[in-house]
Amino acid sequence: MAKNTLSSRFRKLDIDEFDENKFVDDHDEAVDNQGPDGAEIDNLIRQGDMMTAFHIALRNPPVNTKNPAIKERALAIVLRVLTSFKSSDIEPAVKSLDRSGVDLLMKYIYRGFKKPSDNSSAILLQWHEKAFAVGGLGSIVRVLTARKTV
Amino acid sequence: MSYHSFLLEPISCHSWNKDRTQIALCPNNHDVHIYKKDGTKWTKIHELKEHNGQVTGIDWAPESNRIVTCGTDRNAYVWSLKGEVWKPTLVILRINRAARCVSWSPKENKFAVGSGSRLISICYFEQENDWWVCKHIKKPIRSTVLSLDWHPNNVLLAAGSCDFKCRVFSAYIKEVEEKPGPTVWGSKMPFGEVLFESGPSGVGNRLAWTSHDSTVAIAEGGKTSTISSLSSETLPLLCVSFITENSLVAAGHDCYPVLFVYDGTKGSVTFGGKLDVPKQTSQRGISARERFQNLDRRATSSETTEQGLESLHKNSISQISVLEGGKSKCSTFCTTGMDGGMVTWDVKSLESALKDLKIV
Repeated sequence: MAKNTLSSRFRKLDIDEFDENKFVDDHDEAVDNQGPDGAEIDNLIRQGDMMTAFHIALRNPPVNTKNPAIKERALAIVLRVLTSFKSSDIEPAVKSLDRSGVDLLMKYIYRGFKKPSDNSSAILLQWHEKAFAVGGLGSIVRVLTARKTV
Repeated sequence: MSYHSFLLEPISCHSWNKDRTQIALCPNNHDVHIYKKDGTKWTKIHELKEHNGQVTGIDWAPESNRIVTCGTDRNAYVWSLKGEVWKPTLVILRINRAARCVSWSPKENKFAVGSGSRLISICYFEQENDWWVCKHIKKPIRSTVLSLDWHPNNVLLAAGSCDFKCRVFSAYIKEVEEKPGPTVWGSKMPFGEVLFESGPSGVGNRLAWTSHDSTVAIAEGGKTSTISSLSSETLPLLCVSFITENSLVAAGHDCYPVLFVYDGTKGSVTFGGKLDVPKQTSQRGISARERFQNLDRRATSSETTEQGLESLHKNSISQISVLEGGKSKCSTFCTTGMDGGMVTWDVKSLESALKDLKIV
């Protein structure tokens, strides 16, 4: 019989699953950050203090938790702050961040891109342009390669 | 700075001989070609055909004039020049995945091969059996070993791998050498993202590596080992090498080498400058038609019509090797890349050409 009519079920087998030295990702469960405080941010937005709201939103990012609810909540808060910014205020806000802050902002921007709502994409694109001017291609690469996603 | 285009295929790996007149490289296939320099031209003098898979690593031992090659066919060969012909000797690595990188130790009595089977093979020649034997370093490596570099004391080996860690191992083989003296490195240091190339400095106290998340980091061994890293704005770097005690040159997907300066007292890595031929900007006015064309094609009506890259290399640079001066006082280094070209860079002329560049 020709070889190609024999069973090819072995191709669906993942040989590395049976290897006892399999690579198991060890995340070190560092301090669980719970994400920014929603009520405090709401207050600041109502008062019009966007810069402080922005900085607080970017503090305590929930990068170490595996709980999706915490991450969703943090994302919603950050997006609310980003969309309530005026276009002219975006650039000074980005300039006030340090290198890791810009990386974190990029991570949130890309997560926001994933789930577009109303006209959030337009403002997110403006944020992206300003953050890219500061962070460069490296910050985008770090969004793609990050193991601790926000 | 001279650019030489060897072929249209990417150069997978390369290595120079002792007096830098010959280069062995793999043109992205199963062979190794050796080119000899004739003035400014390069002629192919040898073709080493033995591997059954792509050759992923080549190292030419300067003193003993032996070449070791490793490939995706899970083998390594040690080539010795007999008369006018290179004769291969098979080395059984006992790995079940491809070999990724190979490096002779400083004394050239052993070499290390990093592979996809999550281990490093340290191979040495056993006199009684007239055969190359290998020992494995398995724990605690969890994924492919991508890059290797030896410490000058011939015992310590730094390995970077896909499990996000860079480690320093002791590759002491008692059959071959005497007991080593104490060094500043204590144990392994886990870090960062997926790694690419690591290169210890001349004296061997510092280890530098670049990783896939566009960062470059330097670790200094000692009682309190410190790590300093720099997140760069460029695309990820693929290879790095020290050129003096405090400066390193790295290159990668951005197609030009970059200088980084390490300040030991402050423990910081800073971007030193971009090492490339300065741009010849032509000052012609741009016509209205071109402006609209640019707007159509690229959404900006900017002045520069950059049809191609401005750098010497036209594609990612995959390997840097020091040509002259060693790692502590390099005066020339060479880069090869995916565009099939090789560029030799002269440090002195770079320093004078790019005025604010300082190589400490």
